[in-house]
Amino acid sequence: MSIASDLAVQNQDSMELVFKQVRKKQKIKSFIKGILFLSPSILLFSVFLFYPMLRTIYLSFFLTDASGSTTVFVGWQNYINLFTSPVFLKSMMSTFLFVLYTVPVTVIISLFLAVIANEKLKGVGFFRTIYSSSMGISVAAASVFWLYLFNPSMGFLNMIVEALGFEAIGWLTDPAWALVSISITTIWMNIGFTFLILLGGLQSIDSYLYESADIDGAGYFYKLRRITIPMLSPTLFFVITVTIINAFQTFGQIDILTQGGPANETNLIVYSIYREAFVNYQFGSASAQAVVLFILILLMTAIQFKFGERKVHYQ
Amino acid sequence: MEQVELIDITKSYDKQKKVLNEISLSIEKGEFFVLVGPSGSGKSTLLRMIAGLEDITDGTLKINDKVVNHLPPKERNLSMVFQNYALYPHLTVEQNILFGLKAKKVSKVEQQERLRETAEMMGLSELLSRKPRELSGGQRQRVALARSVVSQAPLCLMDEPLSNLDAKLRANMRVEIRRLQKRLGLTMIYVTHDQVEAMTMGDRIMVLNDGIIQQIGKPITLYNEPANLFVASFIGSPKMNLGKAKFSTDYKQLIIEGVLPIEMDPLSVSERLKDVNLTVGIRAEHIFSGMEENATHYLEVVNVEHLGNETTLAFDIGTELWTAKWPGQWMINVGDKIPVRISVEHLCYFDSDSEELLKAATAGKSQEVVAI
Ligand SMILES: Nc1ncnc2c1ncn2[C@@H]1O[C@H](COP(=O)(O)OP(=O)(O)OP(=O)(O)O)[C@@H](O)[C@H]1O
Ligand SMILES: [Mg+2]
Repeated sequence: MSIASDLAVQNQDSMELVFKQVRKKQKIKSFIKGILFLSPSILLFSVFLFYPMLRTIYLSFFLTDASGSTTVFVGWQNYINLFTSPVFLKSMMSTFLFVLYTVPVTVIISLFLAVIANEKLKGVGFFRTIYSSSMGISVAAASVFWLYLFNPSMGFLNMIVEALGFEAIGWLTDPAWALVSISITTIWMNIGFTFLILLGGLQSIDSYLYESADIDGAGYFYKLRRITIPMLSPTLFFVITVTIINAFQTFGQIDILTQGGPANETNLIVYSIYREAFVNYQFGSASAQAVVLFILILLMTAIQFKFGERKVHYQ
Repeated sequence: MEQVELIDITKSYDKQKKVLNEISLSIEKGEFFVLVGPSGSGKSTLLRMIAGLEDITDGTLKINDKVVNHLPPKERNLSMVFQNYALYPHLTVEQNILFGLKAKKVSKVEQQERLRETAEMMGLSELLSRKPRELSGGQRQRVALARSVVSQAPLCLMDEPLSNLDAKLRANMRVEIRRLQKRLGLTMIYVTHDQVEAMTMGDRIMVLNDGIIQQIGKPITLYNEPANLFVASFIGSPKMNLGKAKFSTDYKQLIIEGVLPIEMDPLSVSERLKDVNLTVGIRAEHIFSGMEENATHYLEVVNVEHLGNETTLAFDIGTELWTAKWPGQWMINVGDKIPVRISVEHLCYFDSDSEELLKAATAGKSQEVVAI
């Protein structure tokens, strides 16, 4: 009897050992499989992302010659210079202002357009196409198009302004207006994308929720506030995050419309990096700015996730 | 008093094929009215038209004697339980239940009052702060019910509310819904494709097929006197046994499917039955077990199902598969030839061409409906 139970215990022990070994083997196997599947993207990321990033961080601690090779190690000096330079601080300031001007307006306008384009009306497909069409226009083409609109003497905008009896505005040359003009251009260009994403989000809300609300006697705005916005919140969250990141990285329209002028008013951070590196050949200082930008975007995104996600209803 | 009245209601989605064809019916106040039919017969469409979620192509819909064809859902003063519950996934149970009251700007005090009452009635008091995804199917079901109860609308529409539940929960909810409806005096229009639900819950049943009313009546009437072959085969479980039949030339025998002769009294055969193609039907429980002396037929068993308190047997009758349901446990094997008793007074007669009922079983009415 006792021998039998002893045997049983032993048997159980050895079984457990076998189980453990098998489990370990399976773990290793699945790890290798995972690595195999990931290897293409790891490779690509390393070549095009991780290596340049490390290189940038490395460069930011050096002075360089015109060809970009390091000359003198300066430690934190590049960073210290940055934060004492009025030009860089101005650039930071402009960037934040730009984000503030563009993101809320873009999201609100495209949300509004998406909501009205989501109604079941005749010919709504036409408006959906129109609203999302700016997505298909390249930054360069759009900028040139706006360049004409902004033209001080024969631009369409000034024609309107003058027709209304006001003085012509130097849209791209007046320091008070340049950042606003750039913002308007950017908003116009981003609306197509955000509109499309938000419309997709709206269409994925089940119609039975609205039917149920109809029967409950809910009005249009009650439904908008209690159903549409909460159900859309994951999409809104995504759109806001992406728009903010995009705004921080704005480059093309500035290069074409203002080249950072007038009086560095539109010298947003990415443009400033570009100028530092490829006009002034200060690769060290440019790298430092790039690192600052990276940390900034990382922080913004982290903050958003921390505070935004609580309000988001994932299904 | 008529709560809901439909007059020649027609619906077509694409202006070609009619999904519903000239539906006319009236539903009394406080009635439990069941709409039953196979998938795609137009039950949901009809319900959604009554709710105002779907346009009425043609016809008149009256609620409380007022024409409401043009009214939006919220002005029809009704509540609806959707097939998939339609709970708001981002709101808690409490917010879900109060959604409609807040929309209608009911006072805070009354909201809380009604919430407490309803939650208690539905057994949801403990779950008020949960989100729908944290509930089981049955609990979601109860939230959906609570949402319609809390509105205190006199007319309640339900679209297959029990279709996602397991058998036991379903049986439970059947009783609960029925009890609730009686207690609150609701007028209920209840859609289902489950004929057991229809039979057990309804005051009256309407059988719908392909957008056409097949029959409206009390459950027992539908069971005993199915208006046509469709109702005969749809209502009842197992379905009514049907077979093509012909009289012998002297009208002393009715031969079913060419293989099953049944003795007749030639005098009882009415003229109406003589010159049509006949289909006859008999309920499974009317094929009795026969003793040696009173057996009318010996049939070979092709399948046996033991259900505990009753046994169902299947036979091949010509091309048809017939079933018999006998109370008790019978030790019978497949392949046995067993004596059965089939008598003429349990037969329903249908016209094979028009599929209409010609004559219902005569035995059914006198014997089986026990009035108390
Ligand atoms: N929006 C629609 N557009 C076109 N045809 C539809 C639409 N909704 C339903 N139909 C058609 O109408 C008919 C009836 O549909 P309905 O949903 O009323 O069926 P049902 O009786 O509720 O079936 P089930 O038991 O499967 O729910 C079906 O043939 C269906 O294909
Ligand atoms: Mg349906």
